[in-house]
Amino acid sequence: MSILVIAEHDNAALKSATLNAVTAAAQIGGDIHLLVAGAGCGAVAETAATIDGVAKVLLVDAPHYGNHLPENLAVLVAARAQGFTHILSAATTAGKNLMPRVAALLDVAQISEIVGVKTPDTFDRFTYAGNVLTTVQSADPVKVLTIRTTAFPAAGEGGHALVETLEPAADVGVSRLIGRELTSSSRPELATAKVVVCGGRGLGSGENYHALLEPLADKLGAALGASRAAVDSGFAPNDYQVGQTGKVVAPELYIAVGISGAIQHVAGMQDSRVIVAINKDPEAPIFQIADYGLVGDLFDVVPALTAAL
Amino acid sequence: MKVLVPVKRVVDYNVKVRVKADGSGVDTANVKMSMNPFDEIAVEEAVRLKEAGVATEVIAVSVGVVNCQETLRTAMALGADRAILIQTDAELQPLAVAKLLKAICQKEQPQIVLCGKQAIDDDANQTGQMLAALMGWAQAAFASKVAVAGNKATVTREIDGGTETVEIALPAVVTADLRLNEPRYATLPNIMKAKKKSLDVVTPEALGVDITPRLRTLKVAEPPKRAAGIKVSSAAELVEKLKNEARVI
Repeated sequence: MSILVIAEHDNAALKSATLNAVTAAAQIGGDIHLLVAGAGCGAVAETAATIDGVAKVLLVDAPHYGNHLPENLAVLVAARAQGFTHILSAATTAGKNLMPRVAALLDVAQISEIVGVKTPDTFDRFTYAGNVLTTVQSADPVKVLTIRTTAFPAAGEGGHALVETLEPAADVGVSRLIGRELTSSSRPELATAKVVVCGGRGLGSGENYHALLEPLADKLGAALGASRAAVDSGFAPNDYQVGQTGKVVAPELYIAVGISGAIQHVAGMQDSRVIVAINKDPEAPIFQIADYGLVGDLFDVVPALTAAL
Repeated sequence: MKVLVPVKRVVDYNVKVRVKADGSGVDTANVKMSMNPFDEIAVEEAVRLKEAGVATEVIAVSVGVVNCQETLRTAMALGADRAILIQTDAELQPLAVAKLLKAICQKEQPQIVLCGKQAIDDDANQTGQMLAALMGWAQAAFASKVAVAGNKATVTREIDGGTETVEIALPAVVTADLRLNEPRYATLPNIMKAKKKSLDVVTPEALGVDITPRLRTLKVAEPPKRAAGIKVSSAAELVEKLKNEARVI
């Protein structure tokens, strides 16, 4: 078996989600090749070659891959698919955008956000907002998968893979990037943070969200997240949302502040190692899954917690 | 220009789903069904494009059992002009749905297909991207803003860590994220009017599309439940537990 993993990067550095995808590939078993497609991304390929378990890095360097738009990338991956039994990427927004397009070009199914590898053709994934665990078996010659990063540890270093340069495919030319607006933050990235402080509707306003949660997050070195209700109310940006349709996180410590615990939210954080819930409603469903629950007014409890740390 | 909006009938988002005792699937008998919430956002966006004079016709399409007609009537009550049901009782997977939608696109020649980014039942997040690939069109998935000018669309997309804006050539597929708009409620007069709008029914066979599933579901189970822990009475006690018991800080 031979597995192609699509590396995610910004032409300068490899995204850590790629390391989780490599681990999933190793669990499937077989020769792991890593595709690094971009513009001026030679350094990324060099880094990728040191990932433990990677047998070969395939480097495709051309201007039309510089912004990683799915139309061009999918054509490239599909053209290079021959000989591979599996094609994987992390289930990031980039992976979710690209992989169904790759699968359709190859006329095979795609399996989204797997959380477990049973056999090389059988995988576990969640449906219905994490309420149902489904085991599916693929009959296709190539399995196209996205993997939930929190379900697979990151691969380590220590590899010495060969870097092979491949020819680009033709530029499809139907889309172009106008610009990106990335939230700049000194805090760790939400998806990979060891500690996450997440705020909900109970905070009442964006001012409260920042005034109460930022000092707490600073003390803990935590990333900030938000429930859908908090994002809908404008307390926090869209990409802070944790849940079924936002980000899935599994930190060592997850602190839910003023979050009731709707199933759609729980779907995004239930694999956290330790869950703390602070809510004034003792009946809030979040307490049913919290390791430590504190019933109280968050306007008193959160500053006290910050001070006690 | 025509806008095509695929809509899916799913278990309502408020329903707590139950796995069948034999592990063969999810119990959907006597369960409230609704339009997939992301598809509602897609319908709203299409109707707004029509109200802005950009779109001339909004066509809703659904694939599935005869009851999907209700979902299509809802789409028409929200402002879609007519509807097409591709009726089948067979199991449907995203690739098959994308192929069926391709057949409809070839017939109707829409300039934009606006769909929800994912359905809240299978959580696959695939059909729009697959349709774009099969048509050889551009795609803008997870849209939070759509502007159409001439034969191009400028779409702001939600990505990890922020947003990006792309310009795509039309025809194209756009998939709606949560905050693209806030869908309107169907008014009673519009619900009545929707009953008189045209709803065509076709079959996968008539469209010449093979919808054989590629994936076999071996088992459906409830994931292991997380047990509730303990209640602490103060911030100080919480810090003590996190330090000495859980050892996470």
